[in-house]
Amino acid sequence: MIVSERLKAEVKNLNFYYNQIQAIKNINLSIAENRITALIGPSGCGKTTYLRCFNRMHDLYPNNRYEGEIILYPDRLNIISPKVDPIEVRMRISMVFQKPNPFPKTIYENVAYGLRVRGENRRSFLNQKVEIALRQAALWDEVKDRLFDHAFNLSGGQQQRLCIARALATDPEILLFDEPTSALDPTATSKIEELIMQLKKDVTIIIVTHNMQQAARVSDYTAFMYLGEIIEFDKTEKIFTRPSKKLTEDYITGRFG
Amino acid sequence: MGPQRNPFEEIRKRIVQNKLHDYLFWLLGFFSTLIGFVVLFTLIIDLFIDGFPRLSWSFFVSYPSRFPEKAGILSAWVGTTLVMVVTALTAIPLGIAAGIYLEEYGKKNWLTHLIEINMNNLAGVPSIIYGLLALGLFVYFFKFGESILTGGLTLGLLILPMVVTSTRESIKSIPNSIREASYALGATKWQTIKDHILPYSMGGILTGVIIGLSRAIGETAPIITVGALTFIAFLPSPPLSPTFPFISFKWLFDPFTVMPIQMFNWISRPQKEFHLNAASAGIILLVMTLVMNGLAIYLRYRFRKRIKW
Amino acid sequence: MKRPLLTIFKERAIEGVLLLSALSSIFITLSIVFILFYESFGFFKDIPLWEFLTGTQWTPLFAQPKFGILPLICGTLLVTGIAVLVALPIGLIVAVYLSEYAPHKIREMAKPILELLAAIPTVVYGYFALLFLTPILQKFIPDLSGFNALSPGIIIGIMIIPYVSSASEDSMRAVPMHIREGSYAMGATKFQTAFKVIIPAAFSGIAASFIIGISRAIGETMVVAIAAGMMPNLTLNPLKPVQTLTAYIVGVSLGDLPHGTLEYKTIFAAGITLFLMTLFLNIIGFWFKRKIREVY
Repeated sequence: MIVSERLKAEVKNLNFYYNQIQAIKNINLSIAENRITALIGPSGCGKTTYLRCFNRMHDLYPNNRYEGEIILYPDRLNIISPKVDPIEVRMRISMVFQKPNPFPKTIYENVAYGLRVRGENRRSFLNQKVEIALRQAALWDEVKDRLFDHAFNLSGGQQQRLCIARALATDPEILLFDEPTSALDPTATSKIEELIMQLKKDVTIIIVTHNMQQAARVSDYTAFMYLGEIIEFDKTEKIFTRPSKKLTEDYITGRFG
Repeated sequence: MGPQRNPFEEIRKRIVQNKLHDYLFWLLGFFSTLIGFVVLFTLIIDLFIDGFPRLSWSFFVSYPSRFPEKAGILSAWVGTTLVMVVTALTAIPLGIAAGIYLEEYGKKNWLTHLIEINMNNLAGVPSIIYGLLALGLFVYFFKFGESILTGGLTLGLLILPMVVTSTRESIKSIPNSIREASYALGATKWQTIKDHILPYSMGGILTGVIIGLSRAIGETAPIITVGALTFIAFLPSPPLSPTFPFISFKWLFDPFTVMPIQMFNWISRPQKEFHLNAASAGIILLVMTLVMNGLAIYLRYRFRKRIKW
Repeated sequence: MKRPLLTIFKERAIEGVLLLSALSSIFITLSIVFILFYESFGFFKDIPLWEFLTGTQWTPLFAQPKFGILPLICGTLLVTGIAVLVALPIGLIVAVYLSEYAPHKIREMAKPILELLAAIPTVVYGYFALLFLTPILQKFIPDLSGFNALSPGIIIGIMIIPYVSSASEDSMRAVPMHIREGSYAMGATKFQTAFKVIIPAAFSGIAASFIIGISRAIGETMVVAIAAGMMPNLTLNPLKPVQTLTAYIVGVSLGDLPHGTLEYKTIFAAGITLFLMTLFLNIIGFWFKRKIREVY
């Protein structure tokens, strides 16, 4: 599927069951390193469910079952294997959620949280990492003078960038975005899209979006999902100009969804 | 970026440590929660071991006495029953009325706010303060004396906040669409309350009332303060009289005692045999409390299941 | 159309009756304040406030009476202190466990049991303290006198665990799930999430629950009347008998109390002290509860 790119992860025969209902059917997909892979599809097609397999979020709730493999490179770890600790997975793969969910703490503490969880408490080290993360999230200039303000005082767009900074502070290998701009206004949305495109040189990105234009603007590869299956997966440019499957074409041209 | 590959051993060690703390806390939490169960269990067993042998028919129908084997709780449980009647008649109408006013009529003005603040504050006032209030107000000012009426009024005021709160919670859970439907048919406010709001919230109100009464049964301090006797070898006057108007209210003004005071009195005696009597009285009190609370919990469960808006 | 007028009158009358019922709460508070102040005023006419607040002996019924309230306050604070040391940590741990760890079935079982614990009459707890716990403690602490502050302190602590745990747990459960997910997604364990994210977020509610617990402990009467003794004692030693403000009021009420005597008025002096202590706590608690509404 992907040629001449280094792979960060490979999904092999992934199936996912929620309460005996099959939500993901036999997905095979490669995730290229330092590229942005987008997942698009109509509501309920399973894209968020698929995304949440990557950081084992489903483990938090009862009656969920994974089948298949998601292999993480370079150490070839199957991150959905029951033998692998979900906490270890979450320390390597971070997530930004649909609705900004900063902790009710200061801006500084929000960003520092992931490091504290890893046992890191040295003030100077935290200061450094917090600044780097906030710069990467294009938020530093706006908050550098009020790092100890409460996070809830930020606007929606700023809060989401704070959540991105928080996720970046721990140097994740993959950054998952679950519809990151659906709760934001257009200005904030375009800021975050720019940000995501800059981030890819540092981290591999998978983004779920119901906004097709966003996928077209931002991503390198796009996967179209429908009813739990991958219908088509290819370079973004090809998906949006010359899709191979009729279903893909119908979705992209707005005939359904 | 991605320096986790070599320091990964470090991270793995940290994860193990984090998970150990997590597990230890889970153990701590589980056993702490168990403490409640263990205490309840031990208390019940201890009471039963001491008091069960003394439970008998004669225990129920004898008056207290200087001789522990002969002492019984007749005056105490009669007193409790009569006081509870007055308590219920005080707290229920007053509490429900106040709750209805606050939920259905009250506007968001300073008066309503003040009433609410007072209700919340009164819920936190120690019960003995209610005793002092009753001593000054009911015993001496209104001259009700150290009587069943005073005792009942005191406990009624004590549990008033509970009844009001449970009334308000029940009424709050009725959706506005029901009210609107009633008004749209031309009903007045009172008709809507009488025909819809009250019947639908009865379950919740009843639960609150039962819990309040079960609390009142066990209350000792305010009753002692208003002058209930600890040794009383006669019953209050009967409610019926042989002459017109055939109903007597004299019993309201008679001296009395209640079960928790009787138990307290027996515990305070040095002789061990009286302690056994106290345990028996304790069993009865405990059973009454557990039954009433169990009933309330059950009612609350049934009420929630039945009306699913 | 005569009917509407009569109906209007009836509606207004009913509203009036309901309003009066609601106003009863204000009436009760005013009565409490009035009675306490009125009788205390009578007390302080005879006994100077200075002696009351700083005297170290409370012996109002002796031939040579002394009216220093400090021993009673000290007794109250000692017992409350022990109760708080028991109830606040355990109550919080139980709340965290039930809110973040416990499976549904365990929660369903634990909550009614905790409610029942809170509903047991305090005389029964007093019996337990004096005749069960004190003898057991005496086996480990031979110096423990038959009436002491330790045993009722522990029992009152156990008694108020449900108040603390129930209110704290409600606050913690009110923290939205997506905040927790944010924490778990960073690789945090439940323990880390609970203590670093949830508890700070629910802090106002937890603080309010602590206040409720402390207030309840201060106002507790029968457990101390039965197990702590009736001897005022200015001491911080929990192994000795003490008398609390509440136990004093009950102790005097058990005897003969002619209306209007100085002895009669002492219980109101003790009462107003108690009332002011709990009022102060309730105000702090109310302030915390106000803060909860601001956060979300």
